[in-house]
Amino acid sequence: MPDLTSQKTPVQKIPVTVLTGYLGAGKTTLLNRILSENHGKKYAVIVNEFGEIGIDNDLIIGADEEVFEMNNGCVCCTVRGDLVRILDGLMKRKGKFDAIIVETTGLADPAPVAQTFFVDEDVQKHARLDAVVTVADAKWLSARLKDAPEAKNQIAFADVIVLNKTDLVSKAELAEVEARIRAINPYAKLHRTERCQVALSDVLERGAFDLDRILELEPEFLDAGDDHDHDHDHHHHGHDHDHAHSHGLKHYHDEDMQSLSLRSDKPLDATKFMPWLQELVASEGQKILRSKGILAFSDDDDRYVFQGVHMMLEGDHQRAWKDGEARESRLVFIGRELPEQIIRDGFERCITT
Amino acid sequence: MKQFDPGESASIISVTDQVRPIAVGMPVTSVHFLGEHAAFVGAEESVAMVDAEGEVSRVSVHGGGILCAVSDGKRIVMGGDDGKLVALDAGGEVALLAADPKRRWIDNVALHPDGAVAWSAGKTAFVRGGKSEEKSFEVPSTVGGLAFAPKGMRLAIAHYNGVTLWFPNMAATAEVLEWAGSHLGVTFSPDNKFLVTAMHEPALHGWRLADTRHMRMTGYPGRVRSMSWSAGGRWLATSGADTVIMWPFASKDGPMGKEPAMLAPLQARVSVVACHPKQDILAAGYSDGTILMVRLTDGAEILVRKNGTAPVAALAWNAKGTLLAFADEGGDAGLLAL
Repeated sequence: MPDLTSQKTPVQKIPVTVLTGYLGAGKTTLLNRILSENHGKKYAVIVNEFGEIGIDNDLIIGADEEVFEMNNGCVCCTVRGDLVRILDGLMKRKGKFDAIIVETTGLADPAPVAQTFFVDEDVQKHARLDAVVTVADAKWLSARLKDAPEAKNQIAFADVIVLNKTDLVSKAELAEVEARIRAINPYAKLHRTERCQVALSDVLERGAFDLDRILELEPEFLDAGDDHDHDHDHHHHGHDHDHAHSHGLKHYHDEDMQSLSLRSDKPLDATKFMPWLQELVASEGQKILRSKGILAFSDDDDRYVFQGVHMMLEGDHQRAWKDGEARESRLVFIGRELPEQIIRDGFERCITT
Repeated sequence: MKQFDPGESASIISVTDQVRPIAVGMPVTSVHFLGEHAAFVGAEESVAMVDAEGEVSRVSVHGGGILCAVSDGKRIVMGGDDGKLVALDAGGEVALLAADPKRRWIDNVALHPDGAVAWSAGKTAFVRGGKSEEKSFEVPSTVGGLAFAPKGMRLAIAHYNGVTLWFPNMAATAEVLEWAGSHLGVTFSPDNKFLVTAMHEPALHGWRLADTRHMRMTGYPGRVRSMSWSAGGRWLATSGADTVIMWPFASKDGPMGKEPAMLAPLQARVSVVACHPKQDILAAGYSDGTILMVRLTDGAEILVRKNGTAPVAALAWNAKGTLLAFADEGGDAGLLAL
């Protein structure tokens, strides 16, 4: 477990984008765009299938997706061993590329690849996880969420979701699949695309890990402002229960995956909060897939940001709070069987009175 | 690990004024002596050959990153991310030894005293001897390190969850030494009695080859990236802590049940170690750029290079032990004649 408070912002860490998505969703289309478009940036791309990318480039590296357990007594602590090796090798060519993209196979669990950036000291020194980008197929995602746990994990892990092939579904179907996504992950930035036509700046080098979004949004109002029609009368089958809110948006609860958001206008006591958070992810980390937060501590003029994957956390002072900016703390957790009341009660005890 | 009293370090002897500075002009990852030349292997593309007068000449060896390099004093064999295995000799001649048909990275390389060379790409290890033809062996996961045994034709292949001992010239099945975790470096003791790996987590693991008894060597704050056997193989010097950690291998039990010796503590992480080929002296490079020479018998230190630069990336003695070459990650290098 890294010492959350002592980490300082490093100089010039190379941003790494993890690109996930179930089979056939359009990852390769997006990769080909990134590699072929004239955007003035050079990307090193770690792919799992050489053949799919029709571009010859010595910065495209084949990976083996070797998932290694760490000998640190942490059962869910797995890393991508091949990635540790490849990143080590890539660092010899520092300066030849601006950022790294790691493509995972369609059936991959995103946890080991994300955890690689938390657990390995040498990787951490040179690279930082910028965002997990998940490409989802608008036509088939709803079905995959029911029968493929990998697809659900990929949505839960995402910081950015590219909902692709929207031209192949009706407006009602699109609203349906978006509601399904939001039931799992209300906090990811969602882009609707055809043939992955999304501005690359919306998926690459997101900087603050799209963290600010968790401050901006109430999960209940996520769909507000979106320009699709809300279909109140659509009938649903299956085990999900849906209910209309007063503002008329469709809202699902996913029976398997939940998210939890905490906020406080009063500053947090860092001496209570840090031990509580570390304890929480140590004991409940198998259930918590992702955690992230922006924190306002008492006697601290800096915004503190953290992110976590399962039992691993990393955090840092990000910048000073601006004049007039509300010093508000906000945390989100996405996971399975989250012990909501325990988390809420624990968080309450970290708020200064 | 026990506390060390740094009380005497204020009066350290310095030889910094005797170092001949060398401007290599590129990031360096290792240095080797080829005859009278110090050869600084770059992170990418080329090797800088430096003669006794300090003249630098660059030799192009790879079309990309240089991922691994090993030398027997006659040649340096290197693997690159261009999928090529090349050799560079003292005359500056470059020979292409092998090229991976799929341009996979050549991650590891090892040299046998009789001239045989081993290398790996992905999960496959290859051996080509002076006389025998090329042979290959596939292990269950990506090869993390390669080392030839000092006697006989036996190759240790480190990988996830252990080490495979392969006899390329025998039909016998390979022997597997198991230990959970990812093994990224491997070395035989010079007396051929012990095998030690550097793991992905900050620890070494060892086996006594006679009975495959395990030796756990833990307590490091960081991953061990540099290991060097002292003259005669009495000690294994290692990086990874803020002192040089020295594991005792002189007795038949090796370091089993023993504490390591700790030399040359600084407020910086040891990044490279290189033991003198003949005497009980080692050179240690640190993450703050410091280089010390340390006498193993009493821990006496001599300052070779002051701190305040990039981490030391490369250290090597010539075969006679009369020259020490070094370089930091940024390419600032030097030669010290003793």
